[in-house]
This record gives sequence, C-alpha cells and structure tokens, in this order.
Amino acid sequence: MSFWLAIIVGVLYSAGIYMMMRRSVVKLIIGLALLSHAANLLIFTGAGIVREKAPIISKFQETVSNNADPLPQALVLTAIVISFGVLAFALVLTHRAVESVGTDDLDQMKETDT
Amino acid sequence: MVLAVFSLFLFSFFTPFLCRVFQKKSGWLFSLLPLSLTLYFLSQTSLILQGQTLTHTFEWVPLLNFSFSFHLDGLSYLFAMLICGIGTVIVFYSGSYLEGDRYLGRFFCSLFVFMGSMLGVVLSNNVLVLFVFWELTSLSSYFLIGYNHEKKESRYAALQALLVTGLGGLALLVAVLMAGSAVGSFEITVWVERWQTLISSPYISAIVILVLLAAFTKSAQFPFHFWLPNAMQAPTPVSAYLHSSTMVKAGIYLVARLNPVFSETPLWFTTIEIAGLTTMIVGAVLSFTQNQYKLVLAYMTVTALGMILFLLGMGTAYSVAAALVFILVHALYKAALFLIAGAVDHETGEKDLRKLSGLRSKMPLTAIIALVCGLSMAGVPPLFGFIGKELFLESTLKTQLFYPLNIWVVSFTSLFIVCAACFTGLKPFFGKLAVTPKKPHEAPLALYLGPLIFAVLSVGFGLYPKVLDSFVTASVHTLVRSSSDHVHLALWHGFNQAFFISMTVLAVGVAFYLLRDVSLKLFKPLAIFKSLGPEKAYQIFLKILNSVAKTQTLILQNGFLRYYVFFIILTAVFLCGWVVFLHQETLQMTFNFSDIKFHEFLLVLLIIAATLASTVLRSRISAIISLGVVGYGVSVIFVIFGAPDLAMTQIVIETLIVVLFILVFYHLKPFQNLSSKGSKLRDALLALSAGALMTFLVLAAQDVQYAESISPYFEQNSWLLAHGRNVVNVILVDFRALDTLGEITVLAIAGLGIFILLKLKLGKK
Amino acid sequence: MHSIILRTATVFLKYLLLVFSVYLLLGGHNEPGGGFVGGLVAASAFILFAIAYNVEEARKRLRIEPAVLIGIGLLTALFSGLIPVILNKSFLTGVWFHGHSEIFGDIHIGSPLFFDVGVYLVVLGVTVKIIFSLLEEV
Repeated sequence: MSFWLAIIVGVLYSAGIYMMMRRSVVKLIIGLALLSHAANLLIFTGAGIVREKAPIISKFQETVSNNADPLPQALVLTAIVISFGVLAFALVLTHRAVESVGTDDLDQMKETDT
Repeated sequence: MVLAVFSLFLFSFFTPFLCRVFQKKSGWLFSLLPLSLTLYFLSQTSLILQGQTLTHTFEWVPLLNFSFSFHLDGLSYLFAMLICGIGTVIVFYSGSYLEGDRYLGRFFCSLFVFMGSMLGVVLSNNVLVLFVFWELTSLSSYFLIGYNHEKKESRYAALQALLVTGLGGLALLVAVLMAGSAVGSFEITVWVERWQTLISSPYISAIVILVLLAAFTKSAQFPFHFWLPNAMQAPTPVSAYLHSSTMVKAGIYLVARLNPVFSETPLWFTTIEIAGLTTMIVGAVLSFTQNQYKLVLAYMTVTALGMILFLLGMGTAYSVAAALVFILVHALYKAALFLIAGAVDHETGEKDLRKLSGLRSKMPLTAIIALVCGLSMAGVPPLFGFIGKELFLESTLKTQLFYPLNIWVVSFTSLFIVCAACFTGLKPFFGKLAVTPKKPHEAPLALYLGPLIFAVLSVGFGLYPKVLDSFVTASVHTLVRSSSDHVHLALWHGFNQAFFISMTVLAVGVAFYLLRDVSLKLFKPLAIFKSLGPEKAYQIFLKILNSVAKTQTLILQNGFLRYYVFFIILTAVFLCGWVVFLHQETLQMTFNFSDIKFHEFLLVLLIIAATLASTVLRSRISAIISLGVVGYGVSVIFVIFGAPDLAMTQIVIETLIVVLFILVFYHLKPFQNLSSKGSKLRDALLALSAGALMTFLVLAAQDVQYAESISPYFEQNSWLLAHGRNVVNVILVDFRALDTLGEITVLAIAGLGIFILLKLKLGKK
Repeated sequence: MHSIILRTATVFLKYLLLVFSVYLLLGGHNEPGGGFVGGLVAASAFILFAIAYNVEEARKRLRIEPAVLIGIGLLTALFSGLIPVILNKSFLTGVWFHGHSEIFGDIHIGSPLFFDVGVYLVVLGVTVKIIFSLLEEV
C-alpha cells in the first residue's frame, strides 16, 4: 500500500505546486492546502505504515510494540493544526487584499503594489 | 571581572531613563560606574605586578568545549585601566559637552555598550567571545559616529567605519575558526602553549593574513586608514575615547596578544613592519596638510598606531616594552588634546586651527594643559612623551629588518609629529588673540578636569618612570616568548644615538613648523592621491556592490510570486534529481503494487480524482468541495493506518476549512482563464516532475534508516513514566510538551493576526 | 441562515458536541482524543450555533471573549509547566498525583492534564475567534 500512498503524495505535490503557480490568488490558496496534505502524508508514509494498529497501550499491558509509529503521528497532528492556522491567516489576508484591490489576479495586484 | 563587563551592559539599558531623571547631573553621576571599575582594576595591581593572571570561566556549551572565559594579565590590565580610567573622564566630560542635547540618553547608552564591549575584548580569553565583543565595538562605534544622524556626512562616516571594521571582523571570525580547528581549542592561553601546532598548520598564511586584516582595519592601518579621519564626525568625547585611546587600539591589542603565537612566522612580522612604517609616514604627511583641529589629531592617531604596530612587529622584549609604554603615552596626550580641541570648539565655535590664536589670555588653564600635552607629544624632556620617544628610537636602532630605511622613516615621522604638536598644542593659545565666532572664556570644570588629570599624569610618569618598571617587566614576560631581560625606564639615558636623533628632530621640526606656509607647497602634488587613494577604492567598491545587488534583486525578486515558486521548485528538482542520478546504483527500491485491498484502491482513486478536480474545475465552490473531499480521503487513510487521533483532527479541521473558504470566497466571481496554454503546460510539466520526485523520495526513504528511531523509547515509557496509554497524546503533552507549547503560541499569534487584519479595515471605514 | 431544522437541531447538537469535546479532552491521555481535537469539536459547537443563529447569539453562549480564552489557555499550559519547576524538576516535566477514592476508584491527576486543558482552550479560542470575526465581516 505504501507504493500507492507514495503515488498520492506525488499527485498532491504536483497539484499543489501547479496551483501555486496560477495567477488567481484563490487557486494559490487551494494549492497551499493541497501542499499541506501532501507534506502530512509524506511524513506519515515515509516513516513506514502499519494497518489498523493504533499506538495505544491496551489495558493490563505496560508497553506497546509493532504498532503504528507514534512519533510521525504526533508530528503530523501538530502540522495539521498549524497548517489550519496558516491557511486561515492566508485566507483572511487574501480576503482583505481582494477587497481593497478589487481583483484576485496576482498580476494586477502587483501593479497596485507601490 | 566578569561583573565589570556585564555591569556596563546592564547599566547601558537604563541610561536613557536615568538621563531623563537626572538631567544635567547625569554626566558626573554616570561617571561613578567607570570610576569604581577603575578602582577595582587598580586593586588588582599587586597581582599583576607579581606576574600572575586572574581568570574566570563559565561553561557555556561544554559539549563543544566552548566557554565564557576571561583573564586579566599585564596587557589586559593596561587596556582595562585605559578603558575605565579614560572612560570615567569621557563620561564626565560628555555630560557637560553635550548638555541639554536631545539624544543624550541614547549617547550614553551607546557609550556604555562600547565601554562594556571594549572591556570584553581585552578581557576575554576565548577567541569566539572576543570576536563577539569585537563586533560589538564596531556596532556601538557606528552609533556613536552617526550620533548627529541628521547630517549626511555623519551617516556616511558611520557606515564607512562600520563596513571597514566589519570587514575586518569577518576576517577575524574566519581566521579564528581556522586556527581554532587547527589547535583544537578556542582559548588564547592554549594557543600560546601550542603555538607550534598552529604555525605548522597548512593554512597558517591565510590565518595570519586574516588576523592582520582584522587588526589593520580596526587600527586604521594603511590602506584602511581613511575611515578614522572621517570618523571625526562623531562628537569630540567619542573621538577622544574611541578613535584615539581605545577602540582603534583593539587591533593593536590583538596583535600584541597573538604575538607569542605567530611571532615565528616571517609573514607575520614583515607584514606588520611594512604596514607600521607605511602607516606612520602616510599619517604624518597627511596630518601636515590638514588645518582642522580634530583632523590633524586624527591623522596623528593614525601615525601613532602605525608606530605602536611597528614596535610590536619587532617582537623583542625591549620593543614590546616600548610599545606598551607608548600606548600609555599616546593615550594620555592624545585623549587630552582631543578634549581640549572639544573645549576650544565649545568656547570659541572655531574648528580651523589657522584662525585660532592667543587664547592663552582667555583660557589660561586650558592653555597650560595643552602646552604640557603638546610638549609630551613632541617628546620634550622631562615629560612622559620623551621617554616613549626614546624607547621608540632605541628599539628602531636595535632592529635589523629594513635597516637603515626604518631610521629615516621614523625620523621623518617624528619631525611631523613635532610639527603637529606645535600646531595643536601651542598655536591656538599663543600669539595675538584672533576673532572667533563666539567670545571665548575659560571652559567649565568638567571640560578641563579630565585633560588636567592626563597632563598631570604625563608629567608624573615623566619624572618618575620607575613606577612603571615592574609593571612593564611583568607584562612583557607574557607577551614575548623568550624574554628574560628586565626593562628599565628612565628619563635620562645618556648622550646616545637616540638622544641625538631626538634632539635633531625636535629642532628641525620646530623650524619646519615655523616655515609651514612654505613647506605646505612642497606637499601640493600629494592632492592627486586624494582622488586615487584607498577611499576612492572603497567608494567604487561600494558602488559596484550596490549595483550588483540591485540587478540581482530585479532578476530574482521580480514581484511575480509564481516565478519565485517556479524557480525554487526548478532548482530543488534539478539538484535533487542530479544527486539521485549520481547515486542511482546505490538505491534499492522494492515496489509492492499488490499489497492493497479493494476498498483501499477505491480510496486512492477517489483522492486522486478529487485532487485533479480541485485543480481543473472552473467553479469555485466545486473546487473547494473537491478540496474537502481530498481532506476527508486523507483522514480515511489515517483511520486505516492506525492513527485515530489524526483522523479525528483532520475531519474537524477539513470541515472548518471548507467553511472558511466558503465564507471568504463565496461572493467572488468564478475563475477566469488567466494563463496561456503554453505557460500552463510548462507549469504542469514542472509540477509533475516535482511530484514524481516526491513519490520517488517517499519510496526511497522507506528502506533507509540513518539513525536509530526514538519511537521505541516513547512506546516503552508512555505508560510507565507518563501514565498515559495514548502514546501520541503523551508525546504531545508530556515528552515533547515544549514543542506543543511553542505550537499553540504560534496558533494564538495567527489567531490574533487574523483578528487584527480584519480590525484594520474597520478602522479605515 | 434561517433554517428551522438546523436551529432546532443546533440546540441539542451544541450540548452533545460540548460534552463530547470534554470527553475527548479528559480521555485523550488513554484513548484517542486530546486537547487539539477536543478544542476543535468544542469550537465547532459554537460555530454551528453562529451559523444557525448569528454571531452575537453565539458570543453570548460562549460568555467569554475568545481572545481571553486564548490568553487563559496559554497561561494554563505555561503554569502546568511551571508546577514541576517549583518542585525542583525541569520545566514541563510531568508531575502526578495518585489517589484512591471509594466512588471514583483510582485517580491519576497530572500536570500534563492541565497542559492539555491549556491546548484545548487555545485551540477553541483561536478557531472561534477566526470564524466569528469572518462571519461578522462578511
């Protein structure tokens, strides 16, 4: 399955980068969102994957092993929340920019930048 | 000792506030701190005289063998006394000189930062710590030179000083790192012990050149001397302090400190000798052509620095002793003369020496002090300057290198020094009273007390040089490796060659001064050098640097975001691809296509389809919803592969993101077709190759393990140590809680940022 | 938005979501959950309310200004890290209290729990702040 996950990572990266190179600022932000999914999955898959066994120590046991790796999960969890913050910030920033400049075309926005 | 350095830094923080509270009294109140430090160092005298050193070490990064270590020996003691002693006078003087100035607090702040960093330079035993303080002196000097920041010349001079000395600072850093890795330590005392290891390093020439570059730029040696006269834009107390007695001597200090390490390398001492000789004669000649009080003194400082360096370069016990004495001699008369220049300017409003004369009747006390200092500078017995000059001439006569050229250069230099001494010490105060912009009268106590102390010391040390004997012997011992001979300072050495030269120079110098107008014509042709000199080179260099920066900024920072992204991705793909291509045979990847269940395959297809849909769909809402589908798909992946925490978080976040997108973009027009087909194709190609590279990296990374994973530690201890069964959560709130704390702080800042962005608009309405 | 069904459902859903979020927060140490997801679920309760009714109403239900919540959350997390400092351990080390009561059985209360509460409050505050501000804006 990790082969297929790697394919998904590649597709997400391609789509994210492609969208970031578009002129519309909305597409740029969609690209950003796709890119953060890509990065999360990259970390998750890169560390090796295990089906269905969550890193939770079951009752009456003291340790856990051979389950999914908890470390990348912790990393990705923070990454998800942080990327939410960044995305929200970017969204509001664009909202303000589009509102005051009157266009979502980055090239036209550049003209107003003096 | 460490407290001494840090008390100054700490105090500098409070000066702007204290200045507001104490107003006029701040000058003498603030001077109590350097005064008490002077007394502290004075109390260490007996230790120094016994040839001992005082050391303090704080471990900072013990793993890298890096520590804050300070030590006080003879050389450091001399400099510390100069810094604190003269510092006391300067602070006292500035309070009166800059009385009522708007930025007095700021001035004192920079001054105390400088004092602390300069003290740090001369006390640190670790070269990296020394480097930090070294750069801090450059920085604080920048603020002090540019104190009158509304004047263009001030800003120009400040920037110039910063760039030139900053260049030297960088050279010092490189040299220190190279030498440190060769020796295996960054402690100067260790360097001195293992000097043989260091000078047998293959990079020794580079190290020597870089260290000397640092010393020469800081100490204004030819061809870097030009920043020092320009730095006279600073308020006079700053010129007296930084640019005559302390900061410019940091380079000298460095050379003296490292002399026992490098003195066996010919490159070291020949370069120093050549630089010293050139600088002293260039400074001397240039000072002769100047008319402004402070500029004459500034070029004289350049000369004196050249002389001290020349003495140090000889490397004999006698010459190093001469250098130490001369440092003290020069600091005493030069600081005093600068302060007098300031006082004269303050009282008369005139800076041009040609228009100043006869002030003796109006400013009698200042005149006497100036006379004493001028005579000391000219080297007239029985003043301290005479002793310094005798030692200087004697050392020159004893050396073999560049003989007899050096005697001639030294004699000529001395000639010009006598001239300058007459010009600055005598001329303004004798003769007929000249008309000046302000009506002159005696300067206030604060303006002449400092020079008075220096003048008294000049006389005192001149008459009783024996008090310095044991100090000089003790200090020289640590600076010259093979020294056993004692140096005796005395006023009278008998009718020897040095005395003969000294007296001839004195007589010819006075004559030369009296015929100044005639002899100036001799130097007319030198004006050409002004347009060809090193300062011109500096300006051209700066111009080229600026235009290069401008051009590359226009190319790289063109304002089109998508080109930034394009070039960054292109570079990344190219570089990574290149490395992969080079090492393709070492990569072993196993593909396993069939390890997938039917429902998982459907999920993969769904995610890929949704991703593509979000890129190609015209309608905003559809694109956003496709994005949401991608997010939910990813969370299902998390469910399948044992990450319930991630799955839950992802689902909620994805919902919120869709809500956010719709809130923001709902009322916008649908996407327009903005890009041409060609550019779309180009971007798509690049994006696809980047994606392929990432896929490849994920696959390649799976079979690679560079370091042992730390996950088993968490798995083992999650319940036993941290009493939590959900390992992911335990990592977040216990094992790596500091990271999480940082993260929620970032989140909070993002939230507040968004709030402010939205508020901004409300304010506009 | 004027939807009777949504409004009616929201009244019940809100409490359900809030209870669920607290459950996630407290159970997070031993089962899936934790401060992050708990905070997000709690935030979605208020956001749902704000969409179904209006922001003003939702703010009233929240009672505390979201920015204050962020501040309280950060301080809680910080102080949970300072408790071990008082006990002469390094910053953010987990400190546990183990007790036994007749009614609840074994009780384990530790500073990580307070830390998680801090995370919960910050996430709740930030999310609600962002969405409320945007809703008021549009």
